[in-house]
Amino acid sequence: MFADVSVTALAVVLGMSAVTYATKAGGFWVLDRVEPSESVREALDALPGGIIVAILAVRLLEGGPPEWVAGLAVVAVAHRTDNVLLAMVAGVGVLLAVRGGTGVLG
Amino acid sequence: MSPDEPHLPADSTSRPAESTATDGQRRLEFSAAGLRAGFVTCVPVALGVGAYGIVFGVLAREAGLSVPTAVAMSATVLAGAAQLIAVGLWDWPIPVVAVVGTTLVVNLRYLLMGASLRPWFSRLSSQQAYTSLFFMADENWALTVEDLRSGSGRGAFLLGSGLAIWVFWVAATALGAVAGGVLGDPAAYGLNFVLTAIFLALLVGFWEGRGTLLPWAVAALVAVGVHTALPGRWYILAGGVAASVAEVMRGVR
Repeated sequence: MFADVSVTALAVVLGMSAVTYATKAGGFWVLDRVEPSESVREALDALPGGIIVAILAVRLLEGGPPEWVAGLAVVAVAHRTDNVLLAMVAGVGVLLAVRGGTGVLG
Repeated sequence: MSPDEPHLPADSTSRPAESTATDGQRRLEFSAAGLRAGFVTCVPVALGVGAYGIVFGVLAREAGLSVPTAVAMSATVLAGAAQLIAVGLWDWPIPVVAVVGTTLVVNLRYLLMGASLRPWFSRLSSQQAYTSLFFMADENWALTVEDLRSGSGRGAFLLGSGLAIWVFWVAATALGAVAGGVLGDPAAYGLNFVLTAIFLALLVGFWEGRGTLLPWAVAALVAVGVHTALPGRWYILAGGVAASVAEVMRGVR
């Protein structure tokens, strides 16, 4: 099982942790010295949502109508319950049902 | 780790300085009691993080990460959204620039979160502050700001609550990764849709009213356009940057 531990994969993980720590510690370090402008604040705040939208746009476009229907179910449940896991389960359930659900839903 | 409540108050870096600097000024201790309080307060939240960690472990495994790689990622990166996106990008050979670059950009919001702790953390030793910041995630950051604003003076609260999240997140990742290896065909369980579903649910949490529509529409259009025009994963960064630009333009208008 450990045969697939690749040095490259661990190096990538290290790279990810380095840039992540740089953001966690960097904000305290840099912004202790420079007050960020309102525009910078807005730009930083909009990034994660924009990236997730970008990923979703392409994924959903390639997913086709069954995923769009399931996606609507996810949004509806997430909006109502604020629970990511519940929304995920609902979405997968709807997808399997739409696909004619062999296996899990029977 | 799931940014369920990712909204930074627009003035998150300045408010605590003004409003609570006086009562916070009284005393700030970095004590075992504060550490314990942070840990205990965060356990219910960390349980939720754990459930999410299991899903992450399963997805990581399906994406081709080994169990040790998945666990190492959770233990050293400790950032849910970024880790899920990385797993979504994972391929062979690994697109190194896309994975590390996207991680950086997704996590840039931590700059503001770290800065918001400044009124209290600037009074800790460097070692205390910079160790604590490693354990900062969305959930325990929110709890910590709340605790420190109340004037508790518990300088070790972020570290304690972060340790609670770390323990559950790492253990759950291991559990999910091991379980994920046992599952059969991912399509049979709809697993290939799970990541899409999680991103959609996270996105609902990022919604801040109708004003969010413009940057998101721009991000989607730019992403689809760039995806058709360019190979690789540039569409992700392009979409994120486009959303940022649209947001700033909207404010200017």
